Amino acid sequence: MSSNRITGGEIILKALADQGVEVVFGYPGGVTLPLYNDLHKQNSLRHILVGHEQGGVHAAEGYARSTGKTGVAMATSGPGATNTVTGLVDALMDSIPIVCLTGQVTSALIGNDAFQEADTTGITRPATKHNYLVKSTDDLAYILHEAFYIASHGRPGPVLVDIPKDIIMGYGDYVGPEGIAPRNYKPQINGDRDLIEAAVDLVASAERPIIYAGGGVINSGPEASALLQKLVKMTGFPCTTTLMALGAYPTTDKQFIGMPGMHGTYEANLAMHDCDVMFNIGARFDDRVTGNTAAFSPNSQKIHVDIDPSSINKNITVDLAIIADATSFLTDFITVWNEKQPKVNHSAVEDWWKIIETWRSVECLNFEQDKDEVIKPQYALSRLSEILSGTDYYITTDVGQHQMWAAQYIQFDEPNRWMTSGGLGTMGYGVPSAMGVQVAHPDSSVVCVTSEGSVMMNVQELLTISKERLPVKILNLNNKVLGMIRQWQELFYENNESQCDLSNGPDFIKLAESMGFTAFSCTKAEDVDASIKEMLETDGPVFLNMATDRMENVFPMIPSGAAHNDIVLHPDQKPVTVDSKDKVTA
Amino acid sequence: MNNMFNNTVQDHTFSILVENEPGVLARVIGLLSGRGYNIDSLTVAEVDDEVGLSKITIVSSGTQMVLEQIRAQLERLVPVRTVSDLTVDGPSVERELALIKVAGEGDFRVESLRIADIFRAHVVDSTNNSFVFEIVGSTDKLDAFIELMKPLGLVDLSRTGVVAIARGPESI
Repeated sequence: MSSNRITGGEIILKALADQGVEVVFGYPGGVTLPLYNDLHKQNSLRHILVGHEQGGVHAAEGYARSTGKTGVAMATSGPGATNTVTGLVDALMDSIPIVCLTGQVTSALIGNDAFQEADTTGITRPATKHNYLVKSTDDLAYILHEAFYIASHGRPGPVLVDIPKDIIMGYGDYVGPEGIAPRNYKPQINGDRDLIEAAVDLVASAERPIIYAGGGVINSGPEASALLQKLVKMTGFPCTTTLMALGAYPTTDKQFIGMPGMHGTYEANLAMHDCDVMFNIGARFDDRVTGNTAAFSPNSQKIHVDIDPSSINKNITVDLAIIADATSFLTDFITVWNEKQPKVNHSAVEDWWKIIETWRSVECLNFEQDKDEVIKPQYALSRLSEILSGTDYYITTDVGQHQMWAAQYIQFDEPNRWMTSGGLGTMGYGVPSAMGVQVAHPDSSVVCVTSEGSVMMNVQELLTISKERLPVKILNLNNKVLGMIRQWQELFYENNESQCDLSNGPDFIKLAESMGFTAFSCTKAEDVDASIKEMLETDGPVFLNMATDRMENVFPMIPSGAAHNDIVLHPDQKPVTVDSKDKVTA
Repeated sequence: MNNMFNNTVQDHTFSILVENEPGVLARVIGLLSGRGYNIDSLTVAEVDDEVGLSKITIVSSGTQMVLEQIRAQLERLVPVRTVSDLTVDGPSVERELALIKVAGEGDFRVESLRIADIFRAHVVDSTNNSFVFEIVGSTDKLDAFIELMKPLGLVDLSRTGVVAIARGPESI
């Protein structure tokens, strides 16, 4: 036996160090005790003891989403592992690079229904991009490095490594990460040159173009966002970014026409519907964006750039598909564009902008806040955005009405600043992900926009936040109801408010204070600014409980299964009709 | 791309070369069932014990859009080396093997032997009142033989499912 054989626990810690991991969000248990003993003997890796393993994975997601690095979570066997499942699926749906380490019962006991045994690799097979059950301590280092490779290469996603107790306690050889890559997993990074030339020709020929960018642009790294901005400026075309891509293009720029989809802007949705060339970069034609696929953008030619070939023609059949990473594609596209110097039909595009401006003139996100009336959530979030503007801030959200309002009213000029559960729509994502973001960015403002339903779903992480002295700010838009449920019940279920009432919620001030937060309430519109400023300026973690309008609905809205041109505005707003490309009537 | 709008359901045979590692079959099957795709036939066996590769042959049915998705989704799996849709990638050969037990006496016994001869099925087990036939061929041929054996005393049946390979000199 050579002298450099070390324990599985030491191999794990060494592999994490070699992968540049700074922090692990974990919770110990019976089978991971030997690993935690090794962890105790070192000081380089930070371990944050979370309140629940789901929170640990969401925290790792927040860390990953805001840094572009791979987030790491750790759990024990059985219930520890099953608690990670929601977080793993969340990361899978939103393409977030995560490595999750789980303990497993001793190899000899696997299959015996041992204490705290669960078939973790079986349970998480459809919840991860890939997973492993380690069979030998000698394989451990290699598998861990491969897991990091898979999590972060190609379309990112969660990878789980299930490690039996005897593997952690056993001795094995360590290998470094150099040159380790899976034998078969080779994602295509560079787009086909002929297809890129065809894309340039098609984009240049457009009279009513739209650039529709998705989360793939964010995942590709900040350079992709910079290139997207270059592309939008270079072409002069309108740009819409999905929920997952907010910040990939500055939302304050006039060429940005808002988010598309169910609660997207009037102008973005009508432009998606009426365009003649749709240029999709890194978005996946999610059903919340397309609405009724049969009526989706009926007269456009569609270009779809995606790193994942299975995204192509999954929901929407496209005319030109390019498999590529967004950074590589945008670099090549701009190069070819500059080489070809294609003639853009400027007058047609100008007419198209006039139509878009007409739609924009509806001001679909307008709202009225009477100073004496109850606080409108739209008002609270636009004030938050205004107050944060120009500062160094990150926003996380939970899921529901507040999430959509946050997406509509908070401005983002940079990528990686907006953390939300898009694909899975996980209530309980906001608080732990804010914790992960704050760990990565200790000196920035991190605000979790949440509501009284969602916040309760991982409320235990408030304690983790204060214990770790993380200055996370929680803005709880408390309307005492599951708002999105109530909205749908009002609109589509005979206004029957079935099981959505939360008026018996906890005393959030006492709750947050008991968890180590400074907590206060805001109930008046005139106090909104002062309370938000107080929240941001108070040291340490702060919980602002803001009473908001129970009856407010999120508009615009494309009802489920409807087409973009069936978009419903706020009852106070009037749609405009556009007769033809050069004649506009209000 | 207009073929994407074709909503007729077709049968396609996929040949999938995978790393022979634990759980790989569960990954492939779980993917198909999890996404609601059909599995009409499935075979799997190791084909290279040095490199550690197995070949999975799956017959699935769906619209053009679904069949494209099946291939793309399979290619996404980390242990999958190559996916070939043999139905579209060029001419291929498909074979299936069945073992068919027929119990009976007298004329039924004679008739079953006569039909087996026509189908070039072999007797691999025989007792005074039963035969086990081995038959190899296309799925259609096996179906036809089995139909004929039913009235002659078919009592048990095992089929391998389809194995397939592309014609010509190239490997998958």
